[in-house]
Amino acid sequence: MSVLLDLVTIVMVSAGMVFFLAGTVGLLRFPDTLTRLHALTKADNIGLGLVVIGLVPQAGSLRDGLKLLCVWLLVLLASATVSQLVAQAARREGDSS
Amino acid sequence: MTIVPALDLFVAGVVLVVAVWTVAVRNTSSAVVGFVAYGLLLALVWVRLGAPDVALTEAAIGSGLTGALLIGAAARLRAGESTVAAERPGVPVRLLIAALATVVAAAIAGVLLSLPDPAPTLAPEATANAGATGLGNPITNVLMAFRAMDTMLEKVVLLLAVLGIWSLSPDAAWGGRPHLPHRAEPDAALEFLARVLTPVGVVLGIAVLWVSADHPGGAFQGATILAAMWLLVLMAGLGEVPDIGRRRLRLALVVGPAVFLTIGLGGLVVSGAFLSYPQGFAKPLILAIEFAMILTVATTLGLLVAGPPVAGPPAAGSAAAGSPARRAAP
Amino acid sequence: MNEFLTVMVGLVLALLALGLVRVLRGPGDADRMMAAQLIGTCGIAALLLIGVIGGTSAAIDVALVLALLATFAAAAFADCARRTAQPGGPGPEAP
Repeated sequence: MSVLLDLVTIVMVSAGMVFFLAGTVGLLRFPDTLTRLHALTKADNIGLGLVVIGLVPQAGSLRDGLKLLCVWLLVLLASATVSQLVAQAARREGDSS
Repeated sequence: MTIVPALDLFVAGVVLVVAVWTVAVRNTSSAVVGFVAYGLLLALVWVRLGAPDVALTEAAIGSGLTGALLIGAAARLRAGESTVAAERPGVPVRLLIAALATVVAAAIAGVLLSLPDPAPTLAPEATANAGATGLGNPITNVLMAFRAMDTMLEKVVLLLAVLGIWSLSPDAAWGGRPHLPHRAEPDAALEFLARVLTPVGVVLGIAVLWVSADHPGGAFQGATILAAMWLLVLMAGLGEVPDIGRRRLRLALVVGPAVFLTIGLGGLVVSGAFLSYPQGFAKPLILAIEFAMILTVATTLGLLVAGPPVAGPPAAGSAAAGSPARRAAP
Repeated sequence: MNEFLTVMVGLVLALLALGLVRVLRGPGDADRMMAAQLIGTCGIAALLLIGVIGGTSAAIDVALVLALLATFAAAAFADCARRTAQPGGPGPEAP
């Protein structure tokens, strides 16, 4: 059983890292602010989600597992809204220059 | 496992690079972003050093609230920034600055290098006496029982800071409304964020205080989170900064130190020493102080960021017409 | 298991550093605003991994606070940029 849980962790965390990597590559390679924002928010949120799902089997207690999921939900909500705000700022910068 | 020290060195290096970048960059708003990033990274370092209490404080105060304060300052200074950046100080002034900075850095390095090797510590005593209060977190024990006097005076200092800021207001605005420089036409995304995030933040802030008896956390960290949520509501235009003359606001500002002082004087009567808690009542009394404190500190920190009052108080007759304070008073 | 997770912490920290360098270079304020968000996700991932490796549930609490305050900082940046852009620049009309 524990081998199976460890396997879930390894697969999920690795998959999460692939998304983190994709997000950073996008951040480094994409040409303008809006596309970079796209790379950062989309990739990182899925990445964090997969990492969280991978870590839940390793959490010491039910409370810790629930807290891990709370972190992800909070980041999902916050980052989706903040990316709207950053995109508005980017558009204004583009307008004024 | 040589990878762990390598990772620690790597994080330390990143923090140093961000710190140097923050100091070196010429543009004020870039420096503020650098400062916030630096504070968030430092929270990571404190967790690695095994000090989650400090990490919580750093994440909440060091980057979040101080960041908001600096953003406000940068916005106010923006008009004059280009003229200030254009005039460079002369060579003697720059040499003097370099010399002073070197002296300060050398003094700090000298003090650090001359510390006795097993640093003098009271940690064993603090752990040994932890049972006396019934609290499991040694840091809360130190802050609220063993060195409660320091904590109380710290709150009084915060109150003095608010008075100092209020004293900058012009005579006509005394008793009026602080100008939080965040008044623009409503923004849907920001408003949504303020509506959804604030309840979560309030729960988290109170939870951080509640768990502090046995786990990392504390009244100050919790209060900072509450203050940040209050400021978010104000930023989104969903609430108004209350008039500083309002009685409920003033009550919220003094309730923390007042409860602290009352319990401290009660200790003088009951157990014979100022701020000593009677046997068996330490935990409820400490919790009472902390809950009064979280209200005071959250209000204080919010008002510190809001700045001095700029608009006059409403006329005496129409005082009731002022919009109700959202969360300044319970 | 812990060795694997430690390597993952190293990877996520390296990505954080790379992204931070890119974001802080600008060119605009909007790019720099992403710094708070970047640390908000990569830093939190690192904190959660560290917390699970060491069995310290306090690291998860710190991650929660970090998520909340990073969002607050980013919102404050965006709000400040919006306000300074408004007097002179064009209003937020529909595209």
